[in-house]
Amino acid sequence: MIELRNLSKSFTTADGPVDALKHVNLTIRDGDIYGIIGMSGAGKSTLVRCINMLERPTDGAVLLDGKDLSSLDKKQLREMRHQVTMIFQSFNLLMQRTCLHNVMLPLRLSHVPKQEAEARARELLETVGLPDKANAYPAQLSGGQQQRVAIARALATNPSVLLCDEATSALDPKTTHAILELIRDINRKMGITVIVITHQMSVVQEICNRVAILENGSVVEEGDVSTVFSNPRAKATRSLVYPEMADMDAATSVRGQVVRITFHGAAAANKPLIASMAMERSIAASIVNASTRTVGDKVYGYMLLDIPGGPDVLADAVKYLSAEPDVSVQVEAKYGLNGSGEVSA
Amino acid sequence: MNQFQRAFTPEAMAEAWEIFQRDFPQGLWDTVYVTFIATFFAIVIGLPLGMLLVAGDEKGIRPMPPLLMKAINVIINLLRSVPFLILIVMVIPLTRIIVGTSVGTTASIVPLVIAAFPFVARLVESSLREVSPNIIEMAQSMGATPMQILLRVMLPEAVPSLITNFTLAITTILGYTAMSGAIGGGGLGKIAIMVGYNRYKYAVLYLAVIVLVILVQVMQSFGTWLAKKLDKRLKH
Repeated sequence: MIELRNLSKSFTTADGPVDALKHVNLTIRDGDIYGIIGMSGAGKSTLVRCINMLERPTDGAVLLDGKDLSSLDKKQLREMRHQVTMIFQSFNLLMQRTCLHNVMLPLRLSHVPKQEAEARARELLETVGLPDKANAYPAQLSGGQQQRVAIARALATNPSVLLCDEATSALDPKTTHAILELIRDINRKMGITVIVITHQMSVVQEICNRVAILENGSVVEEGDVSTVFSNPRAKATRSLVYPEMADMDAATSVRGQVVRITFHGAAAANKPLIASMAMERSIAASIVNASTRTVGDKVYGYMLLDIPGGPDVLADAVKYLSAEPDVSVQVEAKYGLNGSGEVSA
Repeated sequence: MNQFQRAFTPEAMAEAWEIFQRDFPQGLWDTVYVTFIATFFAIVIGLPLGMLLVAGDEKGIRPMPPLLMKAINVIINLLRSVPFLILIVMVIPLTRIIVGTSVGTTASIVPLVIAAFPFVARLVESSLREVSPNIIEMAQSMGATPMQILLRVMLPEAVPSLITNFTLAITTILGYTAMSGAIGGGGLGKIAIMVGYNRYKYAVLYLAVIVLVILVQVMQSFGTWLAKKLDKRLKH
């Protein structure tokens, strides 16, 4: 288990001190795939580097299985880094060494005999699906293959925690998917706790079970991925979950009252809600804006509907939509003709 | 007929050819011997010094006391700013202590090494600084000691760049050997100045220069070829 307690980090720059992290509190349980997401400059990289003490926290503590990492001496720190390993956006392989030697590196650094290290490295290259690339040089591999070698290298010392710093940000969507699958496999089969730093919501959506949203060095929201997805509370979360929402203010052609429907994991194969409302109640709602995502077989997201007509029609629509399971309805006062506030259901 | 024209008469050319056959093999050998030995010792001193400059830097992997780093930098800059001819004279006492004499081919190695090692240190420094900070961070993240980072990560990654820079060093040192020839060191430089210039045998002078040019070309081509061959970033 990794606990971040009141973690703060400030840097001294030419323009004065900068607080990269402000009183971060997080608990990452064993076996989690924990996503830490934020825009660039939010402090993600600093946060992940505090977990393996590449950055020393200015204040607060990082506890690994209850042990305060700032209390470790140099030797203990190096041993801890065999237990908490890392992969990077730029793969960071030694370009002048073969894949086999790259994977052997952490073992050779901790004085594992050469033959033993080589056997282990070959085994790991097999695990990541590159048994035939042992003698190839990184420059001869694709980005995805290079990241696989980096993953094999990170697994060499039998870690209990794997830190992924934007590990898929340099890869195309298809390769990203394959690498994420591999990471999930490793998490499941080897029981390695994974911490994923990313700016891509899709990455969190694909493999994480828990997520923390970082903005300006603070955690603004944290929880199970499904909860955070279905009901993003913080503004930063909303703009990450629904990047399209930024355009919402441009919806000027509203005729009636705008209603927000939020899907909290409604069954994906459900009836066409808007169409059935039009047929059953003769309410011709138009969609102002919508963003939905399917996680597993559940739908999360929101839809903004423009409901023309008076308060009666509005009330009818709200009632109809609210009857649907896992859907909540809210009248958006901001776009209202009458500013009637919230009609919760 | 002026002096220059007289130097290229058939008789003069024949004499130059005779000198070429008689003296050049030894001269070439002296030049190559001095160049290689001096380069070797310049690297023996310059390589660790360059590593220290990078590692001991304020933002390096093993920061050293800033005052010490400052002192090392000042000494290197001082040595590099003394003109080579003057340096040769300045280190005569040291040369006597090390070699036993201050004249002759072997004696000329001492000032060459002293002139070249600060240069090599700077070249090594620049090669090592080319290694991506991301790679160094990677090594730190897997628990490498500063020494391991230097020897097992930075040096291997910098090999092609180091070869290129050592080639630059050896060709520069070759140029210096010609100067040390002026004050008693052996080699092609000595023949060019003592015979070719002082005794107006310009044909000999030109022959010596041609041989030196060929020597530089050969060394440079070999260095470039080796650096390319060893660079695994290039797809072969």
